[in-house]
Amino acid sequence: MANKRVGLFVTCLVDLMRPRIGFAALKLLETAGCDVIVPDTQTCCGQPAWNSGDKAGAEALAKKTIAEFEGFDYIVVPSGSCGDHIRSEYQSMFAEEPSWRDRATAMAARTYELTDFLASVLKVDSVPGDYEGTVTYHDSCSGLRSMGIKAQPRALLAKMKGVQLKEMNGCEECCGFGGTFSVKFGEVSAAIAGRKCDFIHASGAPAVVGGDLGCLLNIEGKLRRMGDETTQVLHVAEVLAGRD
Amino acid sequence: MEIKSMRFKANSEASLANVVLQGNLKNAKGKFVTKRAEAIKELDDFEGTRDAAAAIRNKVIDNLDLWLERFETKAQETGAQVMWAKDGAEVCRLVTEIARKHGVTKVTKSKSMLSEEAGLNQALEAAGIQPVETDLGEYILQVNDNEPPSHIIAPAVHKSLDDVADLFHKVHGTPRKTEIPALTREAREVLRGHFLTAEMGLSGGNFLVAETGSVALVTNEGNGRMVTTMPKVHVVITGIEKVIPTLEDLSTLMRLLPRSATGQSISNYFSILTGVKKPEEHDGPEHLYFVLVDAGRADVVGGEFHEMLRCIRCGACMNHCPVYQTIGGHAYGWVYPGPMGSVLTPLYAGIENAIDLPHAATLCNQCGVVCPVKIPLPELLRKLREKQTDAGLRPLTERIGLRVWAWVAQRPALYGLGASLGARYLKWLAGGNKSIRLLPAAQEWTNGRDFPAPQGQTFREMYAARRKSAAQGDAK
Repeated sequence: MANKRVGLFVTCLVDLMRPRIGFAALKLLETAGCDVIVPDTQTCCGQPAWNSGDKAGAEALAKKTIAEFEGFDYIVVPSGSCGDHIRSEYQSMFAEEPSWRDRATAMAARTYELTDFLASVLKVDSVPGDYEGTVTYHDSCSGLRSMGIKAQPRALLAKMKGVQLKEMNGCEECCGFGGTFSVKFGEVSAAIAGRKCDFIHASGAPAVVGGDLGCLLNIEGKLRRMGDETTQVLHVAEVLAGRD
Repeated sequence: MEIKSMRFKANSEASLANVVLQGNLKNAKGKFVTKRAEAIKELDDFEGTRDAAAAIRNKVIDNLDLWLERFETKAQETGAQVMWAKDGAEVCRLVTEIARKHGVTKVTKSKSMLSEEAGLNQALEAAGIQPVETDLGEYILQVNDNEPPSHIIAPAVHKSLDDVADLFHKVHGTPRKTEIPALTREAREVLRGHFLTAEMGLSGGNFLVAETGSVALVTNEGNGRMVTTMPKVHVVITGIEKVIPTLEDLSTLMRLLPRSATGQSISNYFSILTGVKKPEEHDGPEHLYFVLVDAGRADVVGGEFHEMLRCIRCGACMNHCPVYQTIGGHAYGWVYPGPMGSVLTPLYAGIENAIDLPHAATLCNQCGVVCPVKIPLPELLRKLREKQTDAGLRPLTERIGLRVWAWVAQRPALYGLGASLGARYLKWLAGGNKSIRLLPAAQEWTNGRDFPAPQGQTFREMYAARRKSAAQGDAK
């Protein structure tokens, strides 16, 4: 059977802030036997425009992303938030443009969040990472509540001998990021992040892992401001792939 | 009630800075959440019940005029009078007229959020009629200089035991009590006299049942029964969207309402009140009035926000909202706080009067998943944002910023250059540290937290370089 052709959408935030998450995703997919292509014209899925009420901007970026990725067997995204935007919102966006709606629908059916793809589609037996230590897991809102990402990252982490998962209370509570919310109502956003950090500290785990970089930047920023220089904040792809 | 929603941002920051309030919110947080989670486990098919409840509410909203007419006819048959109010001012006028007609000098009130919308207490006072709030939470707020409620079912949830102890000591002139039973007893003693002397009782209505012309009331303190049965006049004020077809439908909705609201299987009191006192009956009002209020609701029917009219006012959305939990209800600036309020306030009070509210959410969808009638609250908030943008109501800098960003993001080469420069700039700002303490262009972020340092190069640059070196390796 031919290898699966996977288009990797690294997301704009990973591109700008943490390329290593993109490379980790690439490594995980390639290790699992996929032919991975990273279209080099990709920018942003358009979610910030959509959630800010800029329909025109959101539609333009959706069309661009669809055109770049619809040729692949699968589209994989290391983010529940961007993944959900592509999978759910693109279709509703084009309710009145049937040809684009159909393309969006077809693409939605082949779009997966990274851990979901690894665990549910590829059903990988092992992962290449060699991380050792206790981690706690933050469930990001869109991944959890819109894409059903809960068991998948945990199942993958459970395949790593060196990793112990110590669940925190409130792991499903929002970290307060909310995209542009974080800069529109910065103080409220940071206060919500503070509660999340308290949960992380109470878990006793020296590292928090999650599947969405937006949340992770928010949590890391708050931890550092609270004076915590040691708790590691890692994307699940980095843990699963191991550092090169 | 005066709309202060335009001050949401300042209000929210004041809430964060209020140490006492923050302590009270922290104590309250999670209590309803935990109890609800336990209570819904009692239902065999919670999701199915939600679907059924949403269907009942949709059925009504789709033909609201028909169901209201049916209710009106039935209610009139039971001896009630049905009146229609197009806005809060008309509510005040009608209720004052009813009170005058019956020579009323004192009105006992069970909780009604619509009375808050209309500012009814002030109107009654201005007409020389004394309104007495008898729900304990509402009573606490009324004696605290008419403080507005901060939650739709737990109006004084932002107050601590200490706050109430101080307040009662001050307004009742009694020794300060610190035990909850002693404080509630004190309130009961004050209220008992009012129950015995009020000539008119005023309540809200959780549901209006069309097939019987009844109002259903869900309460926990028993005050609702005192208010609706003791005085000779009972006035029900409620929104036109509260009607439901049958008692059977009521039983479906009642499986969800108390569980979603307070985490109770059933509220302490649940009353279905039908008609005036009949000659052979011993209690009940001689005169029963329904004041059914539009106040913006009819305009929502059939439009893109019609799903909001399904709301049964349980408060689960705010109980589960990370923003509400952090700042409390007052910051939202009007009667309805939290996610449902952030949709209702712009719809009822005008989107131009609540610019911040649709944005005052992280779109985490915790509200959407707990809503007993499956209102897609995040989607409605997003649609309101779109309406604001279309109407040019968002700040100019935000509109231009978004426009420029979206334009650039459609041009990969330009975007790549911008991202590359951005990554380098942020890295330079971090100056070798793990994070940036102050981002000049995004102080909203760095006021409350650091901004982690980027790696310094973009993925696309690094990926291109990696592929180039791999290709060179292959060539050798």
